[in-house]
Amino acid sequence: MRPISLIPAAGVALLTSLAAHAETITVATVNNNDMIIMQGLTDEFEKAHPDIKLDWVVLEENVLRQRLTTDIATNGGQFDVMTIGTYEVPIWARQGWLTALDDLPKDYDEGDLLKPIRDGLSQKGKLYALPFYGESSMMYYRKDLFDKAGIQMTEQPTWKEVRGWADKLNDPDNGVYGICLRGKPGWGENMAFLSTLVNTYGGRWFDEKWHPEIDSPAWKEAVSFYVDMMKKDGPPGATSNGFNENQALFSSGKCGIWVDATSAAGRIFDPSESKVADELGFAPAPIAKTPKGSHWLWSWALAIPESSQSKDAAKTFITWATSKGYVDLVGEKKGWTSVPPGTRKSTYDNPKYQQAAPFADFVLKAIESADPTDPSIKPVPYTGVQYADIPEFQAIGTQVGQMIAAALAGQQTVDQALSAAQRSADRTMRQAGYYKD
Amino acid sequence: MHSSITKKLAITLLAWAIALVVFFPIFWMILTGFKTEGEAVATPPSLFFEPTLSGYHEVMARADYVKFAINSVVVSLGSTLLALLIAVPAAYSMAFLPTPRTRGTLLWMLSTKMLPPVGVLMPVYLLFRDMGLLDSLSGLIVIYMLMNLPIVVWMLYTFFKDVPKDILEAGRMDGAGTLQEVLYLLVPLTLPGIASTGLLSVILSWNEAFWSLNLTTSSAAPLTAFIASFSSPEGLFWAKLSAASTMAIAPILILGWMTQKQMVRGLTFGAVK
Repeated sequence: MRPISLIPAAGVALLTSLAAHAETITVATVNNNDMIIMQGLTDEFEKAHPDIKLDWVVLEENVLRQRLTTDIATNGGQFDVMTIGTYEVPIWARQGWLTALDDLPKDYDEGDLLKPIRDGLSQKGKLYALPFYGESSMMYYRKDLFDKAGIQMTEQPTWKEVRGWADKLNDPDNGVYGICLRGKPGWGENMAFLSTLVNTYGGRWFDEKWHPEIDSPAWKEAVSFYVDMMKKDGPPGATSNGFNENQALFSSGKCGIWVDATSAAGRIFDPSESKVADELGFAPAPIAKTPKGSHWLWSWALAIPESSQSKDAAKTFITWATSKGYVDLVGEKKGWTSVPPGTRKSTYDNPKYQQAAPFADFVLKAIESADPTDPSIKPVPYTGVQYADIPEFQAIGTQVGQMIAAALAGQQTVDQALSAAQRSADRTMRQAGYYKD
Repeated sequence: MHSSITKKLAITLLAWAIALVVFFPIFWMILTGFKTEGEAVATPPSLFFEPTLSGYHEVMARADYVKFAINSVVVSLGSTLLALLIAVPAAYSMAFLPTPRTRGTLLWMLSTKMLPPVGVLMPVYLLFRDMGLLDSLSGLIVIYMLMNLPIVVWMLYTFFKDVPKDILEAGRMDGAGTLQEVLYLLVPLTLPGIASTGLLSVILSWNEAFWSLNLTTSSAAPLTAFIASFSSPEGLFWAKLSAASTMAIAPILILGWMTQKQMVRGLTFGAVK
């Protein structure tokens, strides 16, 4: 054998040994747009870190939540990186299921993370997940329809004003409905929106001793307002409209006003996905009696379960995917409106982002002014604007959501819905041992 | 004469109408797979449009279809073979050597199908974790086998009961042992029934989505997990989801088409004619 032929052989051997040493980590994530972009950039990560390989499990939010809960509660160890929200992080951290992320590399610049988001992912001052993107809620409206109706948008709209505008804009004969709001039952669907409405009407989920307050006057006023307005000025069949359906309605020109997640802004501002991109107006989420809790706060974040066998590799990955460098990478490869929003101050300071995304200021203001630790005019025992950070909340929120959807569909009155919801929430909390009386 | 023709025509029309109603969602899904995301959600829906493969391109770019498809084939065939291997002797003893408890046993087996699977998710997950079966093809094969076993035993039991005992007795007179009796008499006689039972088991395993989603992550995930990764509560996804679903059902649809004669014969007439 000539010596020269050994070189490719040695090369192959070296590559094989590298591949053999590459650590594979399994990343579980939600199939929202920003995560699909992250998955698409796998090659970039693996090029920069040849010793780590990524395996993806991409699922719809609710399926993923069930899948991850099963695994982490049984210490199954199937995943090295989990995509979870601000609701799960504190609960799971308290259970000791998540790895604390206290020694992050210097260049990660933890101080650059937006404070409310950072607080939402911390437990007793320790960070347990790194934010991938964050959102609040705000109001979208059609400038052309507002001009035609002679309506002047105010700096901080109130719900009373919004209702008057929706009445004026409503024109079902021409396929335009005054206002589109979530009606699909679910703690993350209609109840995310309705919680903010109840908050701003001065209500809360639980009193200081964890007694539910769903049949309180504030809840009745807020939910009656919502049901009346939606029946009069909303699209038909609103109980099947969640975030996605409303986004489709709004971007095809069927709604005058839409109050929902700030993360929709990039898409309805994109002419290839939206017919109303040119006529799009932004405003803060409306308020009623108090600005407290009038807009929500949510973040999808990357966490490392304690059961992972590859914690170091997982940490390398999550610091990469939530870094400033990642934001720049997405901006350059996919365009600046596609960068994950709502996590870092530096993103909002970036002139390229400011230029591409005129809504950036609204989003930043909304996120920075949302305070999950103080979501209501009255004191609360929980953290969270549109949820309470206890495991029982998912079931309670979804049941209340179903009852309010039934009221919206006209199957029962608001009073009936709320007193039934109160009874069921009370039963759940009592059984869970929050109180005995 | 005249009325019988009208009657035939009416029945034919009715059959076509029912077939169309049943097939329409699948037809619509296949159609939607060739639309752009915008057209897929357009109201009113467009029947005529410029077909595009962009949905398929995106699906192929995001996931390795072949890997998922191979897992589906291995798991559904493997679990079916294993189920038949266990069910044939079980059904044989129940059909030809019944005891007073046979009926109760059969009903008890079926009753396991009445429990919603999520009720046993935790214990199964823990067992699988300790046995190292999470995200493994063999684990999924075992679960699917257990899931289909009651139905397979029941179907084989009814087919075997149709076989006259005398035939088996004649075999025994000629000196056949139990194994030969089953292999050379019973199985050939009831082959159409066994085949249709097997096909049903393959189809049920192919379409099963609860266990496959919960017990696999990446290496053993079958096509149901592949489809699940394309539905989303955010953004437009109908065209991609339809394309992914079309790709996922294509193999089983073609298999069903090719074997429909056996299926219908096995399921309607009983095995021995």
